[in-house]
Amino acid sequence: MSFLEYAPAPESTAILNLRETYGLFIDGEFVDGRGEPFATISPATEKRIAEVATANAADVDRAVAAARRAYDRTWSTMSGADRGKYLFRIARLIQERSRELAVAESLDNGKPIKETRDVDIPLVAAWFFYYAGWADKLEYAGLGANPRALGVAAQVIPWNFPLLMLAWKIAPALAAGNTVVLKPAETTPLTALLFAEICQQADLPAGVVNIITGAGETGRALVSHDDVDKVAFTGSTPVGREIARAAAGTGKKLTLELGGKGANIVFEDAAMDQAVEGIVSGIFFNQGHVCCAGSRLLVQENVHDEVVDRLKTRLSTLRLGDPLDKNTDIGAINSREQLDRIRALSDIGEQEGGDRWTAACEIPSSGYWFAPTIFTNVSTSHRIARDEIFGPVLSVLTFRTPEEAVAKANNTPYGLSAGIWTEKASRMLALADRLRVGVVWANTFNKFDPASPFGGYKESGYGREGGRHGLAAYLEASGWQPPAASAGASTRSVRGRSAQKTRKAVSK
Amino acid sequence: MSRLAVPKTYKLAIGGKFPRSESGRTYAVASPSGRFLANAALASRKDARDAVVAARAAQPGWAGATAYNRGQVLYRIAELLEGRRAQFVDEIVQSEGVTAAVAGAQTDAAIDLWVWYAGWADKYAQVAGNGNPVSGPYFNLSVPDPTGVVAAIAPQERTGVSLLGFAAVVAPVVLSGNTTVVVANEAAPLSAISLAEVLATSDVPGGVVNTLTGSPAELAPWLASHADVNALDLAGAGSIGDGTAWIDLQISAAETLKRVLPPVSGAPAPSLERITAFVETKTVWHTKAML
Repeated sequence: MSFLEYAPAPESTAILNLRETYGLFIDGEFVDGRGEPFATISPATEKRIAEVATANAADVDRAVAAARRAYDRTWSTMSGADRGKYLFRIARLIQERSRELAVAESLDNGKPIKETRDVDIPLVAAWFFYYAGWADKLEYAGLGANPRALGVAAQVIPWNFPLLMLAWKIAPALAAGNTVVLKPAETTPLTALLFAEICQQADLPAGVVNIITGAGETGRALVSHDDVDKVAFTGSTPVGREIARAAAGTGKKLTLELGGKGANIVFEDAAMDQAVEGIVSGIFFNQGHVCCAGSRLLVQENVHDEVVDRLKTRLSTLRLGDPLDKNTDIGAINSREQLDRIRALSDIGEQEGGDRWTAACEIPSSGYWFAPTIFTNVSTSHRIARDEIFGPVLSVLTFRTPEEAVAKANNTPYGLSAGIWTEKASRMLALADRLRVGVVWANTFNKFDPASPFGGYKESGYGREGGRHGLAAYLEASGWQPPAASAGASTRSVRGRSAQKTRKAVSK
Repeated sequence: MSRLAVPKTYKLAIGGKFPRSESGRTYAVASPSGRFLANAALASRKDARDAVVAARAAQPGWAGATAYNRGQVLYRIAELLEGRRAQFVDEIVQSEGVTAAVAGAQTDAAIDLWVWYAGWADKYAQVAGNGNPVSGPYFNLSVPDPTGVVAAIAPQERTGVSLLGFAAVVAPVVLSGNTTVVVANEAAPLSAISLAEVLATSDVPGGVVNTLTGSPAELAPWLASHADVNALDLAGAGSIGDGTAWIDLQISAAETLKRVLPPVSGAPAPSLERITAFVETKTVWHTKAML
């Protein structure tokens, strides 16, 4: 046993009290879905965890109707203070059940327990705490006196941070006074269904939160539903485009948090130990399943070899394996489909001339795994420098001048995140000004906080989540008037429907 | 004996220059009663693309100017408009068929609108930005940043907007550091081109405001689908076709996730929302040392 080998220390799953099958959470109760149920599996073992319902179009209707009823009768008439108290309750219940949620998340998603335990779930609780306090202070949100909720929000979230993305969506929506119908990703529905139980424990009024499960078809029916006032989506840019098309002309308020190809820029004067840690957490945190991952390392040419050597040394110490083991650094890839994509793009990286290096580590016999991988000798035209891989694959490029670093960093249709590593603050600030991204991490990376707005430029989407900006995404100023297109959108009650009626083929 | 007047040739405004349409096309601009006023350039797809190139080239420099400087430039526009008030009143009277008093009120409103927006240039970031109290030793600041190149369809009503509507679309877009390509009022484009002449002498760098005259129905689809346009202000697009054609523009804009403002009627009222519709929020985290 070398000093890097540890005895296994798996977190017990005894804390879980899962059901065999899960229905849809509509109007405060679990009900059967009318679509074909599906199994959610653990990507680390490929073993089935539970059977989950699929919501068909009729179920989506039912969920939206429940949310509308709850909005009209309960949630929109409740005081902000009381809405806030419900959110505080939820935050506390999440803290109380945090270990259980962490285990469930690691089991269903494949991410290491030390990340779910120390990052995901604490942030979920923090998100509800943060927005709970906003619920009775909306007049300070920057939209003038008496800002109004939008109504029913349709929310579709990805599989990379299942419960955290739920919190990013539900906490601000409820604080602002909206009701929601949320669809978790089909590979990671488990914690959203546990969250439904938490809503019951908190005595949240029925219909305020509805959770429906299913695949893309369910999501499509939800975001294009006529009685939805707001659509919030986190996921891939192609799906984001499809949603933007479907929402065109409907007056639905839309926020999209989409893909990225973040540049992590390392200058020669950077504090190297910290920079190497930052590069590692930038791309290998959560198996690289992070939209804001620092997937392009831009390193100043004269320190390239040193940085790459140090990276290889560091990556060789990462432990890949059982997500529930407390020593694990790299967990399982979330699905077979995603693993195939990572493999395909990595192969293309080799074919196009990149030099591939993979950390030596033992790959478990079952489950979906991909060892940390670095490509050097990558040029800006390579697919692995342009496409979002969404896996533990780092593409290394070089630059000589700050000008070149900016040009290369911005040379992408995405604009979500970037990192800057330098000890020179004036250079960092000048660079931060010129990077066309929504989040800049200077001498750090992949930090998230409910008080800090997050979201992209360009094709990484629009709107912000977190902070006051994230709240504003679920509000409208009380002076707000629907756009007076000659199509005739007019009163609030028909908002989002009149324009669509005049034109049937809106969502192509 | 009366003096023979010298009529003006109205051209496009692209990249600080006043070219004719590359297509060589023009169209006759007439008063509401049908009296010929001038031949305006009928901009083509190529003109629209040239305008986007000019807007993109000008954007970093304009965004890089200080907010104080951009505010002064906008205020300078108001000053020069005031000095040429009579010309604008006359053009509005001619092309909208309204009284001098009505045209004067529109001109005054346009001048005051530039003054109002000029004052926002170095303030909106303080209202739209935040210092964020994150849980950890980090300096964390959110600031607005211009979206980039914004294409706009100016309001298209026959009266009341030929100058004011154009200004109401352009001012909130450019004050934050965006550059723009604007399709002027089709029926009454003369004030927009005269305004372009004012912009050219107000220290607005060439390429910041590019003005096209011609058909919104013809030009808007190219702008909406242009990959180097970041956002779309469809203020006047409600008048295209049967009134729902703007939805196709929004669908087209989704291909590159452009930010889109839907149509309005008349000149959009001055508002902070029109400024923030075309800015991104950039959040910068920096570690703090442990002392």
